[in-house]
Amino acid sequence: MKRWPLTGPGVTYLTVFMVVPLGLVLSYAFFRRGRFGGVVYEPTTENLARLADPLYTDVLLHSTWIAALTTVLALLIGYPTAHVIAGLPRRRQTIALVAVVLPFWTSFLVRVYAWIVLLSGPGWLNKALRAIGLGPVEVLYTDAAVVAGLLYAYLPLMILPLYASLARLDPQLSEAAANLGAGPWTVFRTVTFPLTLPGVLTGCLFVFVPSFGNFVVPELLGGGRSVMVGNLVRDQFLKARDWPFGAALALALLAGLMVLLFAQAWAARRYAPR
Amino acid sequence: MRGMRTVGAIAAVLALVPLTGCGGDDNGSSGPDTLDAKADLTKQSLTVSIWDGYSPEDLPERVEKDLGVPVKIAHHATNEEIMAKLTGGGAGGGSGIDVAFVSGQYAQALNEAGLLEPIHADLVPNLKNLYPEARQLAYDKGNTFSVPYTWGTTGLCYRTDLVKQPPTSWNDLLKPPAELKKKVTMMTTERWLALPALKVLGHSVNTTSDEELADARTLLLDAKKNLLAYDDTTFGDRLTKGESALAEAWDGWCPTSDPKIRFTVPKEGSDLWVDTMVVLKSSENKEAAHALINYILDPEIHSWAAENILYKVPNKAAMEQVDPKLLRANAPLRTTPADLLKGESIVDVGEAATKYTRLSTEVAAGS
Repeated sequence: MKRWPLTGPGVTYLTVFMVVPLGLVLSYAFFRRGRFGGVVYEPTTENLARLADPLYTDVLLHSTWIAALTTVLALLIGYPTAHVIAGLPRRRQTIALVAVVLPFWTSFLVRVYAWIVLLSGPGWLNKALRAIGLGPVEVLYTDAAVVAGLLYAYLPLMILPLYASLARLDPQLSEAAANLGAGPWTVFRTVTFPLTLPGVLTGCLFVFVPSFGNFVVPELLGGGRSVMVGNLVRDQFLKARDWPFGAALALALLAGLMVLLFAQAWAARRYAPR
Repeated sequence: MRGMRTVGAIAAVLALVPLTGCGGDDNGSSGPDTLDAKADLTKQSLTVSIWDGYSPEDLPERVEKDLGVPVKIAHHATNEEIMAKLTGGGAGGGSGIDVAFVSGQYAQALNEAGLLEPIHADLVPNLKNLYPEARQLAYDKGNTFSVPYTWGTTGLCYRTDLVKQPPTSWNDLLKPPAELKKKVTMMTTERWLALPALKVLGHSVNTTSDEELADARTLLLDAKKNLLAYDDTTFGDRLTKGESALAEAWDGWCPTSDPKIRFTVPKEGSDLWVDTMVVLKSSENKEAAHALINYILDPEIHSWAAENILYKVPNKAAMEQVDPKLLRANAPLRTTPADLLKGESIVDVGEAATKYTRLSTEVAAGS
């Protein structure tokens, strides 16, 4: 406890550059929109009331669906991958992990644009499909393209925590289970999976949260044909000049994500390996 | 943990201070300044906010050399962005910007908000270079608070080799023939999203009637089914690549230098948009600001926009300087001011702007 002054710079930085701006923006949610944008400081709750409008709840539901689908797919792909990586010899593990993280070293936008080239009508996907005699598919500018893009972007965030909890797992536990007569599936179901549940939850949260708020992928790969809540917030600030409503949306998002975060923390404690 | 709580409380207090600090706007309380035509411009400096790539790259150097005024260029991506900066959260005029480039209806809104300095015509003799039509624009008759920089209209940009029939109507975009399904793009910026539907229905592009906007919404939602994508920025690329065949486009953005690509204004009519230059009331360099506007209206400078970004400029003297070869290759550049003025001017609709926002969210979120 004597060392707490050491946290000074960190706390100050977070206060000045995160808590204050965030508090300012969120406080806008309780004021009126200025006719030409900006905020008129007359208190109101109508921005929060507008959140209940079916137009916006539909957008929220749609975003939840897209983010949930992305998360489930990321788990289904990420778990086996992490399992294989954790089973590799030490040196190969490092190489595999670097390969997982490698895409983060290039700009996200550039990678999304690459997906446009892959998926577009005359693009590579359809060239490959034609080569094996299958018809052209219209993927670009659909929700499928949005999910594909989000999955691609956030899959590493699923694999890394899964790997961390799988690598920590004592191999003797599954050996013991096998010795006691459990088949591989039973070992996975009753030993491995429950013990890696904290990693699963962390991975799911890491994928769900940024997918939910993403607005670049829906715009570029979705062709602006579907709206996610991130687009909605961005548009309120940059297009509609309706900061208070944008702030109200951000407030709702933040509240929802806090609930998820607490749920994850609670579940992680509940299922933590003892 | 106690320490953390205190920090939290301080943060909460800090967050509230700016809110109580500037309760009301005190815009427009003072009249126009008297400007000194003989002011020493070298003692002034300018910050200009403009769209990226919308003025000659060497403009600051040229202005500094010819007028002795140091110029700093700031970029904004959209009208909304610069509006946010200029009207910024009640901070009224602390933007540090002297001259801003905004579209006509936004200039109108800024003027109504009392943020603009009237244009002192005596300091801008080059106003005489403008077409007479450009001095009587709907949002600002007589250039009292804005000076037009470029103008144009919105229409259909298409690939002659990919369409069977050249498009003539907004319906070709909203209800495309079979061969164009999933090959058309529309704009998503609120006023221009609504424009094709409003024109087909014979309504004003400035309508604020709920019924008219609801009719437009029905049409736009139907049109969405046949759309490749909504695109405000890269529709030209898509046409060049052949990804799309027909696009709603601003005339200057239609890549007509490609011989396969043409631009047409649909028979139902379209809009007239104008991008303008305004001087901020908060500027402390108003003489220099006027000198800059006057400098830009010089045919040598103003013709740059027509020659390099293919936007028509409302400057007769400048248009007369444009290379005839360029005019021949790019039909939109040849539109006469009289034809252009057939388009309906987009004006600010005040509070009703939120109706357009809602419309565009409804269309984007709908299926």
